[in-house]
Amino acid sequence: MSSAITVENLSKKYIIGHQKQERYTALRDVLANGAKRIAHKLCHPFAASEIDPTHEEFWALKGINFDIKQGDRVGVIGRNGAGKSTLLKILSRITEPTTGKIRIRGRVSSLLEVGTGFHPELTGRENVFLNGGILGMSNAEIKRKFDEIIAFAEVEKFLDTPVKRYSSGMYVRLAFAVAAHLEPEILVVDEVLAVGDAQFQKKCLGKMEDVGKEGRTILFVSHNMVAVKTLCSRGIVLNKGQVVFQGGVEDAVEQYVGQDSLDKNEIYWDTISIAPENEYIRLKSISIKALQGSIIDIESGIDITIGFYNKTAGRHLGLALHLFTLEGLCLFTTGIFLSSNSEAEIGVFSTRCVIPPHLLNVGVYKIDLLFIESRRDLLFKIDDVISFEVEHTAAGRGGNMARAAGVIRPMLDWTYEFSPQ
Amino acid sequence: MDNQSELIIEAGRTERHYWKDLWRYRELFYFLAWRDILVRYKQTVIGLAWALIRPLLTMIVFVVVFGKLAKLPSEGTPYPILVFAALLPWQFFANAFTEAGNSLISNANMISKVYFPRLVIPTSAVIVSFVDFLISGIILVGLMLWYDCAPDWRIITLPVFIFIAFAAAMGAGLWTAALNVKYRDVRYIIPFVAQLGLYVSPVGFSSNIIPEQWRLLYSINPMVGVIDGFRWAIVGGNTQLYWPGFLLSLALVLVILVTGVVYFRKTEKTFADVI
Repeated sequence: MSSAITVENLSKKYIIGHQKQERYTALRDVLANGAKRIAHKLCHPFAASEIDPTHEEFWALKGINFDIKQGDRVGVIGRNGAGKSTLLKILSRITEPTTGKIRIRGRVSSLLEVGTGFHPELTGRENVFLNGGILGMSNAEIKRKFDEIIAFAEVEKFLDTPVKRYSSGMYVRLAFAVAAHLEPEILVVDEVLAVGDAQFQKKCLGKMEDVGKEGRTILFVSHNMVAVKTLCSRGIVLNKGQVVFQGGVEDAVEQYVGQDSLDKNEIYWDTISIAPENEYIRLKSISIKALQGSIIDIESGIDITIGFYNKTAGRHLGLALHLFTLEGLCLFTTGIFLSSNSEAEIGVFSTRCVIPPHLLNVGVYKIDLLFIESRRDLLFKIDDVISFEVEHTAAGRGGNMARAAGVIRPMLDWTYEFSPQ
Repeated sequence: MDNQSELIIEAGRTERHYWKDLWRYRELFYFLAWRDILVRYKQTVIGLAWALIRPLLTMIVFVVVFGKLAKLPSEGTPYPILVFAALLPWQFFANAFTEAGNSLISNANMISKVYFPRLVIPTSAVIVSFVDFLISGIILVGLMLWYDCAPDWRIITLPVFIFIAFAAAMGAGLWTAALNVKYRDVRYIIPFVAQLGLYVSPVGFSSNIIPEQWRLLYSINPMVGVIDGFRWAIVGGNTQLYWPGFLLSLALVLVILVTGVVYFRKTEKTFADVI
């Protein structure tokens, strides 16, 4: 079988600016920096052009090579920041590689997001046409598939309602339905399945399976190992911008799960000036890791360690932690009295909190920290200190392809009796 | 399998398929323009009438200020027609330039998530303004009927001048759109240019009132040539086209358009990284 995608020595470099907060350049700065550089050149005409200390090179991808055959269904897996999204963006021609070469044979459609270009003021019907057009379908093609799309999305009744009045579920269903009816030879999909309710996710995965069975080439990026295992036949594991494994999907998933947890989720505020602080408290560090194993999943349990410096003596100090879902729902509050019988002294506290296995469901969670005096006065509150993800690995109770419904996923005692007739 | 097109992505490679791709995505021009037109008048009471009211009111103000108060010469044509023949291309240019200039920023989400030739976005913004231009053209027809002022043979040359106006709007729009992605300063320059240009260009008055020795210099503003051309084609009678100035404007329009396309194409690939 011939290759559908050949990637040779692909790299992508980003320049990350330090200090600068703005995402865009202001003409003023360019002029000012330009003038500075010229002045510098005039004063030191023989100095080698030095590297700008405020800009650092960051290689999102470095020397990637792989080959995908026609009809292959390939899962691309890797931690956050491994370069998966950058790879997809380059394959989708959204951004240009810094070096390297890619050959693609066949018409590519990429889905990095569902509902790109949806306009809230337009009706469902109008948005189907608009979105289809943006994804590269022709007017005639959309007209032909229109009924199918609407039936798949289950929004027949609301076709002429502006999508701004849709529920978020309807919106996502309609958006995915359009995308699902593209007929490319090569389909590139980012984690678009992480949307919608469980029922709809199943439907989406089913649709993806159908596409795969039709012999199309699929490149699928996901954190959902079960989905990857089900949908894909081959896997590519990325780590820090490099391909660390390619081969059968089972081995790839194993490789990924077994990866050393080098990129632990932790923040150390080494520089005092940037640490979150007020007159009472200065935060020193926070780290989140799996209690067992290297990956946080529903069975691993979670270890949260918080280090801080108490700046004032003579208080009854308490620390509380609020755990939020990505949608902003507060899951629970938990806390500890750090000086219940006496008053806290000036110094460094290191506190540890364990979230037991079989409590959190798959998803991304955020943490707020609250420092409290005498059980009632708020000394210091830090929102969104850190976030972490409970991953969907294929192990044990995570063996279901779609995320189980519900905010939490406790393991409860069940009993049953059976009386045969 | 052999009939499949092979696509090669490589650093710094100018794509051979670009113009073919642009053709393949031709329906997207229509979709985006259609979206903008639909969205523009959603939840408005009088809807499309806004496209008529704005130029009409501007015209009335100009007639009163320049024609009645300042008593500038009208060269034998009714002042409203003199003003409107110029207001029409100017508003087209100003709207197209503003919309195109901001178009990439307001569609940033699409740019960072989907591939298509980026030229589609500013171009459809210009097309939307062109639709407005056609709608406000109705007012001109109405005025000409009202004043019983029939155009002569020169009216058939009007499409040429419309084309030049389109080229000017496109060129300027591409420049500002591409620059705006990287330098948001442009966002503040755009309304300023659109506002100032209305008074600097011969909209409220005839460019014949400019002293002869300054005429050529005045034509450095490319819209001077476009507006003079519109007046010449529509008003007819004894208006004369000042050829050296017109040719200078025309040359400048071409330069802006060509450099605009080149600069846009050059920066296009990095849009997703910097937007």
